[in-house]
Amino acid sequence: MFPVIYPIILAVILFSLGVAGVLLRKNAIVILMSLELMFNAANLVFITFANYHQNLDGQVFIIFIMVTAAAEVAVGLALIVNIFRAKKTISIDEMHSLKG
Amino acid sequence: MESGQIFNLVPWVVFLPVIGLVVNLLLGRRLGEVFSGVVASLASGLTFVVAVLLAAALASAPNARVVSPWEWISIGELTVRWAFRVDTLSVVMMLAVSLVGTLIHIYSIGYMHSDVRHNGDPGRYTRFFVFMNLFIASMMLLVSADNFLMMFVGWEGVGLCSYLLIGFWYEKGKNGIGNAEAAKKAFITNRIGDFGLLIALFLIFGYFGTLQFDEVFRQAASVAAAHPGAMLLITLAMLLGVSGKSAQIPLFVWLPDAMAGPTPVSALIHAATMVTAGVYLVARSTAFYSVVPVAQTVVMWVGALTALLAATIALGQYDIKKVLAYSTISQLGFMVAAVGMGAMVAGMFHLVTHAFFKGLLFLSAGSVIQGMERGMHGGDDSAEFDPQDMRNMGGLRKKMPLTFWVYLIGGLALSGIAPLAGFFSKDEILGAAYTGHNAVFVLLVLTAFLTAFYMGRQLVMVFFGKPLSAAAEHASESPRVMTIPLVILALLSLLGGALNLPGVHTLEHWLAHTLGEVKPAEFIWLVAGLSFLLALLGLGLAWLIYTRREQKSGADDPLKKPLGALYTGMERKWWVDEFYQALILNPYKAFAQFIAEPVDLGIIDRVGGGLAAGMRALAEGLRQLENGYVRSYALWMVVGLLAIMMFLFLR
Repeated sequence: MFPVIYPIILAVILFSLGVAGVLLRKNAIVILMSLELMFNAANLVFITFANYHQNLDGQVFIIFIMVTAAAEVAVGLALIVNIFRAKKTISIDEMHSLKG
Repeated sequence: MESGQIFNLVPWVVFLPVIGLVVNLLLGRRLGEVFSGVVASLASGLTFVVAVLLAAALASAPNARVVSPWEWISIGELTVRWAFRVDTLSVVMMLAVSLVGTLIHIYSIGYMHSDVRHNGDPGRYTRFFVFMNLFIASMMLLVSADNFLMMFVGWEGVGLCSYLLIGFWYEKGKNGIGNAEAAKKAFITNRIGDFGLLIALFLIFGYFGTLQFDEVFRQAASVAAAHPGAMLLITLAMLLGVSGKSAQIPLFVWLPDAMAGPTPVSALIHAATMVTAGVYLVARSTAFYSVVPVAQTVVMWVGALTALLAATIALGQYDIKKVLAYSTISQLGFMVAAVGMGAMVAGMFHLVTHAFFKGLLFLSAGSVIQGMERGMHGGDDSAEFDPQDMRNMGGLRKKMPLTFWVYLIGGLALSGIAPLAGFFSKDEILGAAYTGHNAVFVLLVLTAFLTAFYMGRQLVMVFFGKPLSAAAEHASESPRVMTIPLVILALLSLLGGALNLPGVHTLEHWLAHTLGEVKPAEFIWLVAGLSFLLALLGLGLAWLIYTRREQKSGADDPLKKPLGALYTGMERKWWVDEFYQALILNPYKAFAQFIAEPVDLGIIDRVGGGLAAGMRALAEGLRQLENGYVRSYALWMVVGLLAIMMFLFLR
């Protein structure tokens, strides 16, 4: 058994990378990928503690998160395709029609 | 039909004119002038028939009846019904209003036919009769009401009709707004009076808990004993209403301007019926005034002073209708003084006879004016020519003989020449004043003399001498539809005195069933002789002065030189309008200006505008956050999340 702190540190790094990607990148597909990174950081924490506590609940939760994430990506990609058809770009900065 | 059932007809005195006006409203324009006129006259005439039936039924059983078809308002303690009251007083009013009203309707068929053409809008013919029927309906509502609130509805209704009919030619008059301004003046002045009446109604409800006539008057004495101040306030506030509607001091200024309306309107509304509503109100409220002697005295003095003031102004007027208008105010003053003295019957008697002869005088004046207008079309007078100015008339006796004779009868009746109607009714008022109110008696006798004098002046200026303008030269007699009502009214003015002959007292006994047993007015030979002699003297003096005046169009009045400033005062109506302008209207306008500009624009608008500007600046700042970049929204979400986590950790 390795110390529980290692996977947690890895998860923190992954999550921070995901946040940075969402905040800094312009490409909508890259942002979706960064989101995926954050999901999986969360998943890593779940599975680490499931193992640590010898409890299956965390593992069950991962399955749900993966399904949700898959659905979210499907919707997100569909949106991006449609936006691309309308605006001929997927740069997130071009999508500011709701600017006040 | 049994007599009991006849009383159930009473709502029809209101419904019939309403039906007439609805028919005219829907069909009148399509079916033409004769149809409109006949429908309206028929509606008014049938109302008279109903009134006669009611009077006949009352003659055999003179107690008051209340016909109450529906409940109207029921809020808490206040319950008001649509209730019509048939008693001897209300029936007298119904008869007078519908009889004179019907004759004036018939006259109007002819008068308005040429009036709408003279003024260049024949399409307005039907509208006139719609308003006239509306007036009859409102007036009937006023006199047949069984509670103060319903009476108030009629009271406001006649005010509305007065406004509509004064402003009938609303685009005419001085500067194109003269008539509209006159209508507005009448309406607003009446509003001031109605404010007083409303206050009286509120107080009555407050102290009596009901507005129904019988119940209120039954409690009058006990309430007067318990709350003398309140009772005084009620009667004085009511007097304000009376002075508005019946054109008494201080609110009489609207009536002369109301002559802007077509002449039949002046005859019906501003001489015979509506303006007597105030007298009716005081007579109806006898029970109030008899327990508050102070209010009675005030009413009496208001009436007597109005009578004298208006009579002096009538001396200085040149417009044929203005003279009659001031004469009306003066005669209303007589009636108000009479009811103030407690001589209710004398007041009501004068009201009825006055409706006859003043209606007659106005209608004849209308006939004269139209005769002049016909003369204008034949002559070569300029557009500035005023067919109502008596200085342009003269010699019309030969051109319009029938009009002259009926005018003469009306004028003599008004002057109080025996045995015409005005002599008996005026004498009864003078008799009542003689037995107890010496100062008022002197005022009223003086007024009676002036009345005879200005009527003599008018008769001479209009009908005698030689024609003073081309229009008078070419004037011609009016058509028969106009002269027949004149003849009927002249007969009524001749014989109206028979209603209440001294010693017989028909009206006295008739009204006693409603007003309570009153001491029959004595016929005092001294008073009767004095008033008769003064009337003769007035007429004779006028004849002497005015037949010898300079026979020239627009010449100064022969009284101007000897009376000097006094006559200028009469000519200028004692500057009452100017006085009100300076004392009330100008300060009021300045106050309104102050409220509008420094207060409204300066303070209220700035507060509102400042709030709006502040909100706008705040929103402008917040708007910067909404920059449309998805990443910045995401950043704020992260920041927010971190803030929540920090809070949870550091708590």
